[in-house]
Amino acid sequence: MTNMAATTPPPARKRRSNWQLLMANRLAAAGLFLFGFIVIVALLAPVLPLPNPDITDQPNRLLPPFSAGHLFGTDHLGRDILSRLIWGTQVSLLVGISATALAALFGSLIGLVAGYARGATDSVLMRFVDMLMAFPYILLAIAIVAALGPGLLNALYAIAIVNIPFFARNIRGVTVSIRNREFVDAARLSGKGHAAVLFTEVLPNVLPVIVITMSTTVGWMILETAGLSFLGLGAQPPTSDLGSMLGQARAQLFTAPHASIVPGIMIFILVMSINLLGDGIRDVLDPRLRSGALDRPMPVTRIARKTRPAPTLPDAPALVVENLSTGFDTGDAITPAIRDVSFRLGKGECLGLIGESGSGKSVTALSLMGLVASPPGVITDGAVYIEGKDVLSLREQELIGLRGARVAYVFQDPLTTLHPLFTVGEQIAEAILAHDPIGRQAAHSRAVALMETVGIRDAASRASAYPHELSGGQRQRIGIAMALANDPDIIIADEPTTALDVTVQARILELLQQLRRERGLALLLITHDFGVVAQVCDRVAVMKNGEIVEQGDTRAILRDPQHDYTKRLIACVPELGEGHGFLDRVRPLFAEARP
Amino acid sequence: MSDNAVEIRDLVKTFGGGRSLFGREANQVQAVRSISLDLKRGETLGIVGESGSGKSTLARMLVGLERPTAGTMLIDGKPWAELASSGSRAFGRTIQYVFQDPVASLNPRKTIGDILDVPLRLLCRYDSAKRSARKRELVDAVQMPADTLDRYPHEFSGGQAQRIAIARALAAEARILVLDEPVSALDVSVQAQVLLLLQQLRDDLGLSYLFISHDLAVVESISDRVAVMYLGEVVESGPAAQLFVDPQHDYTRSLIASAPRLTASDSAI
Repeated sequence: MTNMAATTPPPARKRRSNWQLLMANRLAAAGLFLFGFIVIVALLAPVLPLPNPDITDQPNRLLPPFSAGHLFGTDHLGRDILSRLIWGTQVSLLVGISATALAALFGSLIGLVAGYARGATDSVLMRFVDMLMAFPYILLAIAIVAALGPGLLNALYAIAIVNIPFFARNIRGVTVSIRNREFVDAARLSGKGHAAVLFTEVLPNVLPVIVITMSTTVGWMILETAGLSFLGLGAQPPTSDLGSMLGQARAQLFTAPHASIVPGIMIFILVMSINLLGDGIRDVLDPRLRSGALDRPMPVTRIARKTRPAPTLPDAPALVVENLSTGFDTGDAITPAIRDVSFRLGKGECLGLIGESGSGKSVTALSLMGLVASPPGVITDGAVYIEGKDVLSLREQELIGLRGARVAYVFQDPLTTLHPLFTVGEQIAEAILAHDPIGRQAAHSRAVALMETVGIRDAASRASAYPHELSGGQRQRIGIAMALANDPDIIIADEPTTALDVTVQARILELLQQLRRERGLALLLITHDFGVVAQVCDRVAVMKNGEIVEQGDTRAILRDPQHDYTKRLIACVPELGEGHGFLDRVRPLFAEARP
Repeated sequence: MSDNAVEIRDLVKTFGGGRSLFGREANQVQAVRSISLDLKRGETLGIVGESGSGKSTLARMLVGLERPTAGTMLIDGKPWAELASSGSRAFGRTIQYVFQDPVASLNPRKTIGDILDVPLRLLCRYDSAKRSARKRELVDAVQMPADTLDRYPHEFSGGQAQRIAIARALAAEARILVLDEPVSALDVSVQAQVLLLLQQLRDDLGLSYLFISHDLAVVESISDRVAVMYLGEVVESGPAAQLFVDPQHDYTRSLIASAPRLTASDSAI
């Protein structure tokens, strides 16, 4: 529910095509054009008016660049460097790309099979791959070429074999995660055999990763081919390739530097252009990067309010929200997520914010403290008064200072909000120290006291437990303890019990109620469950499509909802003890919607 | 043939165990300990339990995704071992499974038409004309528009995706459906619609359901009989109406007491 914005993009949002995304990345576009140009020139080598690259011309050896008839000069045997460069680029490209394709084919196959089969097959295949990896790769390549004999084709095989582990490990990791997805089981139940599942269900989902891995390794492969040729193990004379040109020109490095600099620059340009393009392709295809993981969110949501509300509000209760609107910037326009949300919350009071997924409950909760990720989030209007002061008018640092101190959050799944590598005691202490530098020792004992407050038995020893050692209910208690760390006035609980079993849920709700009574906390409880609202909340606000459609006393609304949407929502909640009557009761509600 | 769609006797599933490469004994977890259950034809058996109670493991064993450690299962009168040895086709024709997360159970890179095509082709062995006719029937049966077939899973909401997943389960023409938390991921109004659809399909097609959920009220609304699972065991089972009114086991009582209710507000505040 907290990542609502990510799961339900507004329908108006336009997705840019892969091509547009790639072109928007200037470095990648430059890489693409450069690489494209090199490929075209290399392919056109047979038709270009070039002298034969293999004809030696001793009298004209080591001519400098820009000599008549030899743009880049000649090498130690008097051969035209430009011609050799273009033909050599063709060979290097061919070997590099073929080696990548071979390594990708066999590496991916090993990775797919190992990741899908798991167990013994996985162990055997991956230990084989580990063995390949245990050798320094250039040494292994040299050994393979030494065994097979020098030559371009053998160099190609050597480079392909050396790069198999890279593909195998990458693809295996992705395959394992996809194999555990439910659609793989579903395909099995639809009658597909293992091979069919692997190649028609898993492979299409792994393919982008293979393409990404290929695009980022082609450059390496060309470099490795050049390396082997440089050592005289790859292309054999008179065939030219970039590495062998470099190797042969090495002897004249001081007398005729151009003969080695020209192929060197070519290798540099070629590999750079491929790497830039490869990075660009990765950014486009990787869904995680595409969804904006590369954007650095600002510390506070961007605020661009149409009107400027009064900075203070006299006689205000703990929390007043007035006409709050938040939207998501899609580039062309701002898609509103919540519109004109207004509510009040007094000390010791509990307000339930209820709605279905995508109704804007979580965006509302996050907007209060400017926590909506920005970009793309923008607060477009309204005010949030805490103790009568508008927090959205505050300076950034002041607003950040309020988080956790005056207003604290409790999130849905504490397993994702607690840091897995720190003990829970340390994490509570950290929350205390963030606002109150009282020293580690004092913070720790306060953390233990807080854990006792939230009902964790044997708190002193449990403080040194890691999140995964605790049950879901205990983790949520830790989440609540962290929220309480600095004695906040307001707690915003976003679906705090949704991930919990009912018996645990009942106890967590009890705890929240007790804390509210003892500490006079104002509690904003966000939930989709009317049962929870009925148990805990004094008042309730019903949200639909980013707007509050109805709010008022919980009992009054449950007994006599005014808005059609609220009526429908309440009617759809099955009640224990109702039995088959429930379905008979709701059937007429949907009868008119039938096709 | 007996009138039971599914008969489970003394079913046990233990995870882990065995020895590692160096002879150390791995930890064992008993997910299911000696369960015996019957699902009658045309009946809905609700299975209630909290996380870790072994209900999903039970479901996965029934459809052949896990291998039981001990015990016997008769599915549609055929022994589990016989179905398992004759391959996934025999299983798919007899019993089908609907997953909790409908979006995750549909391959994001295939159209709905492609997804529905697989069971029709591999399980029912229909020719292509029959398949396209059946696909339209299925989409219609789960009350989705006809253009659904050309679209991709991400274009649908959770409720719509669950309808599609149900259509896929129906495509195999199995008479028994295992529904593993089919409405847990859905909003209440969508949940009610999917429950109505399930009930109607059961009555129209004469299906038998094993309906797994942690939500007591949902289970009660659709089940004829209910079994309560706790730590891998069935602690109590009986007709839905009776079990919730007069629970015998302590665990069932605490479950019922914990369930949030709309009308309990007076005592809580």
